[in-house]
Amino acid sequence: MSGFPWLTTLIFLPLIGAAIIFAVKDSSVRLVTLGMTLTNFLISLPLWWLFDASSDQMQFVESARWIPALSISYKLGLDGISLPLVIMTTILMPLCVLISWHAIETRVRSFMAMLLIMECAMIGVFSALDFVLFYVFWEAMLIPMYLLIGIWGGPNRLYAAIKFFLYTFAGSVLLLVGILVLYFQGGHTFDVLALSQRTYGLGLQIWLFGSFFVAFAVKIPMFPFHTWLPDAHVEAPTAGSVILASVLLKMGTYGFLRFSLPILPDASRLLTPVMVILSIVAIIYGAYMALAQTDLKKLIAYSSVSHMGFVTLGLFMFNIQGIEGAVMQMVNHGITTGGLFLCVGMIYERTHSRQIADNIGLTKPMPRYATFLVIFALSSLGLPGTNSFVGEFLVLVGTFLWSKIAAALASLGIILAAAYLLWMIQRVAFGVPASHLLPKLRDCSPREMVTLVPLVVLIFWIGLFPNPILSRMHTSVEKVIARVMPASPEETAAHLEGTSDQEAPSPPHFASIPTKERQP
Amino acid sequence: MTFSVGDLFLILPELLVITTACIVLVLDPVLRNSDKDGLVWLSLGTLAVCMGLTASQIGEQTLIFSGLVVIDTYGAFWKLLLYFVTGLTILLSYSYLKEERLYFGEYYGFILLALTGMMVMVSASDLLTIYLGTELMSLSLYTITGLKRAEPRSLEASAKYFVLGAFSSGILLYGISLLYGATGSTRLPQIAVAIAGQGLSEPLLLFATILLAVGFGFKLAVAPFHMWTPDVYQGAPTSVTAFMAVAAKAASFGAFLRVFVEGLGGLKANWSATFLLLCIATLLIGNIVALVQTNVKRMLAYSSIAHAGYALIGVVAAGRIEQSSGIASVLLYLSLYTFMTFGAFAIVAMLRKGGVEGEEIDDFTGLAKRHPMAALLMLIFMVSLAGIPPTAGFVGKLYIFLSAVEAGLTWLAALALIFAAISVYYYLRLVMVMYMREPRDQTDSAPRFVMSPTLSIVLACAVAGVVIFGVYPNPLVSFATQAVSTLK
Repeated sequence: MSGFPWLTTLIFLPLIGAAIIFAVKDSSVRLVTLGMTLTNFLISLPLWWLFDASSDQMQFVESARWIPALSISYKLGLDGISLPLVIMTTILMPLCVLISWHAIETRVRSFMAMLLIMECAMIGVFSALDFVLFYVFWEAMLIPMYLLIGIWGGPNRLYAAIKFFLYTFAGSVLLLVGILVLYFQGGHTFDVLALSQRTYGLGLQIWLFGSFFVAFAVKIPMFPFHTWLPDAHVEAPTAGSVILASVLLKMGTYGFLRFSLPILPDASRLLTPVMVILSIVAIIYGAYMALAQTDLKKLIAYSSVSHMGFVTLGLFMFNIQGIEGAVMQMVNHGITTGGLFLCVGMIYERTHSRQIADNIGLTKPMPRYATFLVIFALSSLGLPGTNSFVGEFLVLVGTFLWSKIAAALASLGIILAAAYLLWMIQRVAFGVPASHLLPKLRDCSPREMVTLVPLVVLIFWIGLFPNPILSRMHTSVEKVIARVMPASPEETAAHLEGTSDQEAPSPPHFASIPTKERQP
Repeated sequence: MTFSVGDLFLILPELLVITTACIVLVLDPVLRNSDKDGLVWLSLGTLAVCMGLTASQIGEQTLIFSGLVVIDTYGAFWKLLLYFVTGLTILLSYSYLKEERLYFGEYYGFILLALTGMMVMVSASDLLTIYLGTELMSLSLYTITGLKRAEPRSLEASAKYFVLGAFSSGILLYGISLLYGATGSTRLPQIAVAIAGQGLSEPLLLFATILLAVGFGFKLAVAPFHMWTPDVYQGAPTSVTAFMAVAAKAASFGAFLRVFVEGLGGLKANWSATFLLLCIATLLIGNIVALVQTNVKRMLAYSSIAHAGYALIGVVAAGRIEQSSGIASVLLYLSLYTFMTFGAFAIVAMLRKGGVEGEEIDDFTGLAKRHPMAALLMLIFMVSLAGIPPTAGFVGKLYIFLSAVEAGLTWLAALALIFAAISVYYYLRLVMVMYMREPRDQTDSAPRFVMSPTLSIVLACAVAGVVIFGVYPNPLVSFATQAVSTLK
């Protein structure tokens, strides 16, 4: 590994950018922000190739003493799980700037600064290897997000912003207590890697799992904690919705994967049924709610609840298909839902309504736009050949190994997703235009095309060739599984019950999956 | 009683401050109004000299005046903090008094007299010396609280503060006398020896401890002895409020910790349980009542009550474990609290609405549009008060909760964090009105923010403290740890 501090650069360059844009002319604020986010993206790209997929160790590690009195350190690193998430974040940020180009006309400077501060915190969350450092980044993003929703949001923004803030902040206070307890139980360290090598009593693990669970479940959001999401999504400006859906929600599931599973393996195993039930409820309930929505953003928000249910389901299968599918699904959901929110934002700029009823039959006036919308919707419903198919398929395979009933119930979510998304497309893209205004709509401008095309490319690239991502996360996922499911056979058997004969995931079995998808 | 001239050298900072206070008081009637600025610079210069003198006393450990006063790193920690706060107060007052059209040279004299009292409090090793310091501080504060003679609210605050303050001093004195009866001394080290000798069963001793706790409870403004705080904080001139909320609280904590750790350390188990109750009550009342305030000064008053509650968690923790990390976390918390609270009050002081302060929450409406810088600073102070990283407030809470968890009080840390989550609501409400509401009133009578060179120094110091110690608290942590290690 080269000595270049890749991650520090990625984290703090946007922050420097946020300072710079207060020094430039009004007219160039947008360009400078775009430049900063693109630079960050270009810096993150080499990581993809420099990453050594055969190692299960953290890479690009940087470590410095921060508060030695408490052995809090500034420690960063990436593994195969966080690498795709970091790169997804850096890809999405320039798109968020582009979509806000004309949509944001008031206090542009502060808006762009907020986006850049968000980027700093988000990359920090995915690369922090010290629990306090993680918590700092995790909380630091609340204020910019609160301001994004509250200043540039829709009519009901004040309510949505404070609800978002209180939910997520209240959720994470117990996480902090959990971290502190872990510090004393885990040998006076906040180092995540050191903490995940120790064993803790089952009672303690369950308590800690509970405290982590609330924080992560609110963020994901899992079923009973999801009510902030539709409000926040509907009121947030488009870029805010994209960041919220594509990156913020992933932090919760990332938290489970990085902290709950490796640090608290016994509690994770024990509580799997609870997590599975909550995930399946989220999948079906989210989809069911999405069916009933008349507001496009709300529809996508509820579909997020449903899709994130797949991620949590896959995570708690503790087999390679389940967890790799979950990580894939985290990336996929970021790309696809991000794309859908961008589409909604574009149409809102034109018709000033997000109601399905006001946006019927867009294919005729806006053929290019309709094409994008259809692609994103098809990707979201998991059409083979698109990215979501890979993730959802892997999660379902993993679930099937664990319980056939759970897999069957989860597949219901896919059917419902097809229903609400196709129905939405049927109306928005192919309906008969009711309003005489519609023919006057402009089709996508070049700027908007540039915003959407990268996501479409990613959708098909991941859909057809998922192996580059899968191969990079493979050893890291195996390491997590080895931690949660130690080799001891009776424990494994007790957990997997009837399906123990299929539980050992063999590499050839796994390798066969991507090839299947090449011929949808 | 032995007395050596060398002892005087060690209390040179106190002597300097009180001399300057007298010079300011004497020169004030003599000087013309235009020359009175000189008094401000004189006071600031004295503080700078004292800062240097006290800094040179770090590492010192000497009992002087036959054990009435102790010069140690613990005292130096508080004194440096107090000089800093007093300096900020003087700078803020310089702008604030001009806006308020209050020309009293005595003002600076009384601030310095109060500072002397505080310095005596934190370096006293004898209960009577502490009492003297407390009285000097309190009497000076009563006076400047009523500075706005034309305003009934200010006078009411002063009278209320005086009556309740005198009452609490009485209780404190009664506690001291009972303790003297029980242990035969007012010197903290001797008290500690006596307690170690006779065990904990003495009812007189426990009663004296409770009276001391109540007396200090008033000074620290912890529930249920907080009643005076909102009225006094609201009625006093805002620069005085900032001074009280930060410096008086810091000095009281300094004396309080020394008495209870050094003198009454043997009764740890008893006072720890008492303070646990006070701590929960304070967190509850401070945070819940702050939710419904419409006046920013009152809201900050309840917030300062709540913060005393967080600091008490460290005290409770210190009572349960041998390590000094509990006390160190209190020192750290209060020094970080200084920056954010002082900054917030400074913004309130300089938000003017037609000749008076714009201290209602409504007056902050749309501030981000009219004065983006003031709004941004207030945002940072509010975020820090709410304890959200990466600000000083988070670091303070982290240390406090860490010591609580270490002492086996995980549930208390969880409870306090839930209160912290509640507090977010009222801190963010101010952010909301500043950033998310349009300014209603565009006329000349709209609240405006008055910036001045001295104010910008104050705000720069406060915000630098909040941000720098939020990101890199290490120097302060080591200093607090070092200071506590001298406390026996």
